[in-house]
Amino acid sequence: MRRDPNDLDRYTAGERVIHWTVGISFILAGLSGLVLFHPAFWPFTLLFGSSTWTRILHPYFGMLMALAFLLMTVWFWRLNRMSRVDWQWLGRIGEMVNGDDQNMPEQGKYNGGQKLLFWLLLIGTLLLLFSGIALWRAWFHFPVDQVRFAAVVHSAVAAVMIGLIMVHVYASIWVKGTIRAMWYGTVTRAWARQHHRAWYRQITGLGNGQPR
Amino acid sequence: MAWQSLDIQRRSATTTPMPGARQGNEVAKLIDISQCIGCKACQVACMEWNDLRSAVGACTGVYDNPLDLDSNAWTVMRFTEMENNGRLEWLIRKDGCMHCQDPGCLKACPAPGAIVQYTNGIVEFHQEHCIGCGYCVTGCPFNIPRLSEKDHKAYKCSLCSDRVAVGQSPACVKTCPTGALHFGSKEAMKDHADHRIADLKSRGFQNAGLYDPPGVGGTHVMYVLQHADHPEWYSGLPQDPKISPWIGIWKGLAKPLAIGTMAAISLASLFHYIIKGPNAISKETEKEVEDETRS
Ligand code: HEM
Ligand code: SF4
Repeated sequence: MRRDPNDLDRYTAGERVIHWTVGISFILAGLSGLVLFHPAFWPFTLLFGSSTWTRILHPYFGMLMALAFLLMTVWFWRLNRMSRVDWQWLGRIGEMVNGDDQNMPEQGKYNGGQKLLFWLLLIGTLLLLFSGIALWRAWFHFPVDQVRFAAVVHSAVAAVMIGLIMVHVYASIWVKGTIRAMWYGTVTRAWARQHHRAWYRQITGLGNGQPR
Repeated sequence: MAWQSLDIQRRSATTTPMPGARQGNEVAKLIDISQCIGCKACQVACMEWNDLRSAVGACTGVYDNPLDLDSNAWTVMRFTEMENNGRLEWLIRKDGCMHCQDPGCLKACPAPGAIVQYTNGIVEFHQEHCIGCGYCVTGCPFNIPRLSEKDHKAYKCSLCSDRVAVGQSPACVKTCPTGALHFGSKEAMKDHADHRIADLKSRGFQNAGLYDPPGVGGTHVMYVLQHADHPEWYSGLPQDPKISPWIGIWKGLAKPLAIGTMAAISLASLFHYIIKGPNAISKETEKEVEDETRS
């Protein structure tokens, strides 16, 4: 949806659909997985029908998330290749967090943090997929030593992934004008110029003025 | 709790203390392998008392039948033939839950109340709370619990907790025709084992001994072994069973670490927002962009 003829296209409908598929299945997998992780999360069983249903459904939510993420990887990996500027950006992430992002190195469609997040999530998804299959007693029978190891890997990686996703979600709430990119697929020119100036220049041919 | 004999001392996925005013008396079953003749009367008694019927198996050329524990076979006799100093020995071990004092199954179980341990030491599965994840199988150092193919709940020997609660011995013990199985307080069983071990030693079994492995806090099912120095000769009875360190990390360190991290990230995000404020586009940038776009 363009609210202004000057808005810039950032995501196609297909890209938004796959991202929401990953997001929703991740949340469902996370909530159902946490039930099994610690009894403090037991109330989440109410969301899934019963405790046994939670156990039955979790691996399917997980598989859906993993497949959707792998599909998204095929789609997006090129855009997430790290460059030297990205590492420089990451080296100065303190300034960003501090709220003065005006002098940060200029970023393309994705900044160094987003790219790093993408690769970490890809590694995490693969680890969750393999360890999850080892834990899945409804269909698979792995040697018990491997299952024990997989349980540690699965719960540790899940915790890290949930943490990364919390940071990801928070970043989109903190940086105003971001969430609409995932709703409507468009962003304002000012948003693009401030946060992804190289991308802004590339698609508008404008913005060559020095950053203040 | 209704019955003192069923007071609970441990409950799966429960983080607060169990009622602890009363002290239970620890019980134990003693399996004297040197007196077992492998007749399987105990297997039959177990099926009968617990109303379990495993599928009829096929003869595979060995005495073991059924070949393995399953959700309907809570105890099986495992037969090992071996030659020792030129003599044939037939080592017959009645396999089943050992009722560990520190049960790995209960530690691993994520469902509150699906596994309990009574103050008398018996470890029992309450299938109505079981969600069928199989974590107990992952946690058990003796490879005992089995998921049912039919209802996907986990099953294992209950040490006839229902009989024990009313002062009866387990069905297998009641049935054993040779007196190889004994049941009573753990102390009494250890005393009885001492006599048996002394007897075996006097008959030339120098390494006879009691199997009550300390790695799991001792067990409420103990064996008298002719060769206590080689438990693995008895169909792979573990030498020094312990809850795997992976289970320790998974059920120990990982929980506070993960929950603490998730809580810290949520709080840090909230405070970051209210301290630094949103990262919004400045009016100047908006103006610059407008000018640029128009030009
Ligand atoms: C990639 C495909 C996945 C598969 C096949 C899978 C499978 C499993 C299985 C089989 C279990 C054991 C419980 C059960 O049987 O339901 C489990 C536990 C768990 N899963 Fe997954 N899962 C996957 C993805 C995920 C994702 C995306 C998350 C979200 C962060 C997640 C978080 C968890 C957690 C927290 C547990 C509990 C671990 C514990 O008991 O400590 N899983 N998973
Ligand atoms: S032998 Fe296995 S199933 Fe029995 S109490 Fe010990 S850990 Fe649990």
